[in-house]
Amino acid sequence: MIRFEHVTITYPDAEQPTLRDVDLVVPAGELCVVIGATGSGKSTLLGAINGLVPHFTGGRLQGRVSVDGRDTRTHPPRELADTVGVVTQDPLAGCVTDTLEEELAYGMEQLAIAPPVMRKRVEETLDLLGLSDLRYRALHQLSAGQLQRVAIGAVLTAHPKVLVLDEPTSALDPTAAEEVLATITRLVHDLGVTVVIAEHRLERVVQYADRVVYLPGDGTVEHGEPDQVLERAAVAPPIVELGRLAGWKPLPLSVRDARRCAVALTRDLEGVEPPPAVPQPLEARPTVLHARGIVVRYGAVVAVRDVDLDLHAGEVVALMGRNGAGKSSLLWALQGSGARNGGRVDVDGRDPADLAPADARRLVGLVPHTPSDLLYLDTVAQELERADAESASAGGHSRATLDRLAPGIPDEAHPRDLSEGQRLSLVLAIQLAAAPKVVLLDEPTRGLDYRAKHELALMLRELAALGHAVAVSTHDVEFVATSAHRVVVLAEGEIVADGDTASVIVASPAFAPQVAKILAPRPWLTVEQLRIAGVLAGATPRPARSEVAP
Amino acid sequence: MSRATRRLPRTLHPIAWWIWAIGLAVIASRTTNPLLLGLVLVVAGVVVAARRTEAPWARAFKLYLLLGIVVIAFRVGFRVLLGGDVGAGEHVLFTMPRIPLPGFMAGVQLGGAVSADSVVSAAYDGLRLATLLCCIGAANTLANPKRALRVLPAALYELGVTITVAITVAPQLVESVQRVRRARKLRGDTARGRRAVRGIAMPVIHDALDRSFQLAAAMDSRGYGRSGAVPTRVRRVTAVLLLAGLVGLCLGTYGLLDTTTPRVLGVPTLAFGIALAAAGIVLGGRRVRRTRYRPDPWARPEWCTALSGIAAAVATIAAGAHNASALNPSTFPLAWPTLPLLPTVAILCALLPAVITPPPPLPTPSPTRPAPPPAAREPVAAHA
Repeated sequence: MIRFEHVTITYPDAEQPTLRDVDLVVPAGELCVVIGATGSGKSTLLGAINGLVPHFTGGRLQGRVSVDGRDTRTHPPRELADTVGVVTQDPLAGCVTDTLEEELAYGMEQLAIAPPVMRKRVEETLDLLGLSDLRYRALHQLSAGQLQRVAIGAVLTAHPKVLVLDEPTSALDPTAAEEVLATITRLVHDLGVTVVIAEHRLERVVQYADRVVYLPGDGTVEHGEPDQVLERAAVAPPIVELGRLAGWKPLPLSVRDARRCAVALTRDLEGVEPPPAVPQPLEARPTVLHARGIVVRYGAVVAVRDVDLDLHAGEVVALMGRNGAGKSSLLWALQGSGARNGGRVDVDGRDPADLAPADARRLVGLVPHTPSDLLYLDTVAQELERADAESASAGGHSRATLDRLAPGIPDEAHPRDLSEGQRLSLVLAIQLAAAPKVVLLDEPTRGLDYRAKHELALMLRELAALGHAVAVSTHDVEFVATSAHRVVVLAEGEIVADGDTASVIVASPAFAPQVAKILAPRPWLTVEQLRIAGVLAGATPRPARSEVAP
Repeated sequence: MSRATRRLPRTLHPIAWWIWAIGLAVIASRTTNPLLLGLVLVVAGVVVAARRTEAPWARAFKLYLLLGIVVIAFRVGFRVLLGGDVGAGEHVLFTMPRIPLPGFMAGVQLGGAVSADSVVSAAYDGLRLATLLCCIGAANTLANPKRALRVLPAALYELGVTITVAITVAPQLVESVQRVRRARKLRGDTARGRRAVRGIAMPVIHDALDRSFQLAAAMDSRGYGRSGAVPTRVRRVTAVLLLAGLVGLCLGTYGLLDTTTPRVLGVPTLAFGIALAAAGIVLGGRRVRRTRYRPDPWARPEWCTALSGIAAAVATIAAGAHNASALNPSTFPLAWPTLPLLPTVAILCALLPAVITPPPPLPTPSPTRPAPPPAAREPVAAHA
């Protein structure tokens, strides 16, 4: 269905081609997952499928890309619209109209499909994606998960043979992500659509994949059966890391398969006390931030409902909960610059909301979910100097912080050119220049690959070791398992669970990390723990299926 | 279409409402008779009350009424201030102190005697303008502006898309500014004025650019602009035809509304303009292949609505030709306005749509979970 023949793509001003001599065939009806670190060319590969690269983005394409026998050289994206449907990362940014029904019809109107057919397809798509009760709703009223399904539906109505999705679940909570992925697999199974997905959080998709395309980052491409590619790939979900360490063959990709392989491992774990998943740096953990009765409301909507929260020095707290549960609102209210309709926050006897912003940030520092909002100067050096001046700290202080958090960012780089992870480090360094006791991060893990997330986890541990109290809102359960001491779960603006990480997430069906699911009910959370405990060394090979109890 | 089908709730074709409203507006432009103008206002109000939907734009009629009152107040106020200099036989109401003006403003006079005649004539004029405004307001209230854009002919499709996208993007830009302003506070930067502009503008512009690129890419990959490759010559001819047509339309409308212009500037010019524009639109739209999802039907209620507006306008114009003084009651000398029979009946005929059109659809069920305001919204990737 999709065929790349000796494809080399070079962007203007780039020294190296982004893709080099790629040969790839995706047969019809397959679900193909594209994996690779940030900047390895995933988006370029996806864009090349419908000709957005190079027709829209510029650049030079050598070789031949064809979809359903049509060459993208002669067919610009609009002429391929009936064959390839593209869903972008930010569903709202790709919306042309403002109500759900019109959005579904837009693509068909462009393709000049007869009105009766359009009407029928809209109804079918509404049912297929479970959106029929929202049909007249304005798009901005929908939740992130619903929007993502609308974006998929909007391209599905044109009955494309190929569906290309760029990180379809990056903004979604675990449950909404499951829903979207279930929809996608249904399309593959029932309608025979060929699907190409790029995704950072492999733990979510890799079990559904028929084929994995791995971009190691040097422009080449490896592809094949998922378990074979993942055995070598540098990016791997916890389940694959576990499988590799335990020497399971073939590599299990779903929790169900891994559980079958793990029978011997669970036997070995009998009576072994798991080491802490996240090292506990401080013995004494004094309470740094006291929040009582926090209320945030927007008109009739109550975002945070009478929440009490304490943050302790040397502790990383993860705030979890579905989209719109009030995580961001709570963080902003704690920092003092967001809306707060009731309650008190006490840091060192002062409430940051009563202070001028410049003083509030000395108590509580917040990194917003779009860190680039804070950046406006031309070079990293200027931003850092400005940060030092703003917080009246000694010159070079924030540079030192940045070098510790993310070494090797050149002074003269433009902040907008940095990778997602580097930009996050820069903003964190700017906020740390004020030496706040409490550091809050709103959704820092979005768009980060495994390496960047690992580095972020180390960063947070370091902050905790320095005696900061850290709170992170995130949807990423694997990240929580490797970085948080304590988890607070919010629902409808209220705290529904608050406790140490293992006790909160192991039992939860939505928030349990893969290792915990495989080894349930034992409270092991990360591969790291197993490695420390040394239980993987004597792992036995996979038992025959017949021996495995269901 | 059976009788029962016709009565099913649905929105009327937006063009029908616009024709009806323009009919009322033509009446308002031809008369200064306060009784007739009041009647037009009542008719428009009744129809709006009976047939408006629950949409946000449908609550705007009140604002147009308020605007009308402001217009009348301004008109009368200015006449009182500037209109002193009473002619013979006028009824002086009061005299304002006269303020001498420098020589270069000769011809303008501030203060002085104010006559009842001039105030009444100003009020009539103001009322006429206010009524015109309310007629346009009625159309805006009754017709969904976005659906009105959708009925644009194919040649003007791009224009419609541009407006739609602008309508959608504007709130996003506002949200973007709010988000960045909030984020600036996190950095302790509360600078105002020029320095703050850079801190806010840079991220916002970056955001807006990113968004527009994403939108353009999405539209392209969804088939926007397919087979729209029109030869340059055809495009130029289309543009010339449309422009000339538009000029003709403007001149013709002006000629029709202003009774003092030569006759040739009226109906003939208008017809010529319409013909040119139509030719341009047909030529431009011939190569565009596109369909519309759930187009608004044009059925009997639409015909009735449009015709009631046209009939009212034509009857009033005819009555004016027959008996001009009834439509424009004398203010010098002052005389009580009368209610002429034919125009009254004509205007009342425009009341028909309140009854003959299908009722508007019920309000859409309110969201089960109210949408969080922008500030509480979960992040959406802006920098992919």
